Amino acid sequence: MTKEVNSSGKNRVVITGLGVLSPNAHGLTEYEQALRSGTSGIRFFETLAELKFGCQIGGAPQGVEELKHQYLPEEDLLAMNQAMTYAAIAGMDCWRDAGLREISPESDVDWDTGAIIGAGIGGLDTVGEKLIPKVDAKRVRRLGSTLVEQVMASAVSAKLGGILGLGGQVYSNSSACTTGTEAIINAYFHIKEGRAKRVMAGGAEGSSHYIWAGFDGMRVLNTKSNDAPELGSRPMSASANGFIPGSGAGLLMLESLESALERGVRIYAEIGGANVNCGGHRGGGSMTAPNPEGVIRCIHAALKEGNIQAQDIDAINGHLTATFADPKEIENWGNALGRKNDDFPLVNSTKSLIGHGLGAAGGLECTAAILQLYKGFIHGSLNCEDLHPEIESIKNSVVHKTQDFDGQYIAKSSFGFGDVNGCIIFRKWQN
Amino acid sequence: MNESEVYDKVVELIKPYAKNQDALASISTESNILEDLEVNSARLVDIVLAFEDDFDIEVEDDDADAIITIGDAVKLICKQLG
Repeated sequence: MTKEVNSSGKNRVVITGLGVLSPNAHGLTEYEQALRSGTSGIRFFETLAELKFGCQIGGAPQGVEELKHQYLPEEDLLAMNQAMTYAAIAGMDCWRDAGLREISPESDVDWDTGAIIGAGIGGLDTVGEKLIPKVDAKRVRRLGSTLVEQVMASAVSAKLGGILGLGGQVYSNSSACTTGTEAIINAYFHIKEGRAKRVMAGGAEGSSHYIWAGFDGMRVLNTKSNDAPELGSRPMSASANGFIPGSGAGLLMLESLESALERGVRIYAEIGGANVNCGGHRGGGSMTAPNPEGVIRCIHAALKEGNIQAQDIDAINGHLTATFADPKEIENWGNALGRKNDDFPLVNSTKSLIGHGLGAAGGLECTAAILQLYKGFIHGSLNCEDLHPEIESIKNSVVHKTQDFDGQYIAKSSFGFGDVNGCIIFRKWQN
Repeated sequence: MNESEVYDKVVELIKPYAKNQDALASISTESNILEDLEVNSARLVDIVLAFEDDFDIEVEDDDADAIITIGDAVKLICKQLG
């Protein structure tokens, strides 16, 4: 057996490219720096205040109006909403980072590469700004040609497939806040089974008030930090009382180890094991809360899938949004791994820096997890100096300040409405 | 508005939709909108909407379908403007 396949004879899958457009950074260098230094991407939004949102702060990538013209011609931009633009910028960065051919409309189709890129909510900016006003004003005939491609569920992957000239399977998944992580897991299994050499995967979400409004209406956003945006996102904190909405795009190039070695490219990490499941809205689970048994089964299945022991997990990049679910998440991880108190792995929440990117969250946070594994650090979680009393027992595992890290495995979990769970275990790449 | 002014405006309105930006340098009334300028055929709808907004006219679907070249567009608009 060659080293390119695992003990079951399936392809091993590695990460060979990353692209990130986050509320606190664009590009890997900036993102690493922002993670290391604890730079918050949470800002006050005048529009949210004018519209009388309870939560008037959020996370949105900065400078995109200028940036997008460096990446895309006007003809493309005429038919691209926020999520599509974010996905395109991060996707083109990811493609180049993976050392693939030049991006050009004249290039050949790359039949060996696909894309699985999802959004949690999708093109509500287009729906709110164009579709509803025109339809209600009886001006359907003036909608133009660009609406469908921006509101269709596959908008973010479809556009990028064309920009890059992808010839493998290109589709969008959607599973609420698990979307980005699920996309990466689907891509992993796709390559593992030998259906493609490469799949770009992750998630994207726009920054529109139309996307965020429903969460504000649900009273799940933090309304108490409008005058101090950087203190607003407080995962694991005793004073957490809701998440801060975020946005952006985080994309990974997954590749078979065989293809990566053949191309001689840099490998950031290997996917050790992964699983997605659903708690079935039973056993305490519901549309909006996870069934603990589902979470534990998901983590167990990811470990088993990769033949990894619970004791091997060195760190967890949690879902940890800053709602009532944080203590439950920590408890579920403790039960799943059979590791409590000081034996609990290191844990942090990237959302403390960038808010909750919804469909983009998994992609943005997996990118953070991989950068940490590859560069050897664990970033500090902001705003949890006052740890929630139910998390107090693992206080020595909560990373407050960025520290060096020499571990082999970082687990990334995401959970979403629908009682859906996703868990990926990234393994440090060693040649 | 004379025909030359209409022509200039038509070119300006079509410009963002042209994938072949090089072809804009040698644009003329004979330029085929889809083939020479490489405008995505779906975008013809948006271009006609731009004509309607800018020239304050209404273009019937059948008339819009008959627009092949820049000259066709100019002729149709001038006719509408009287």
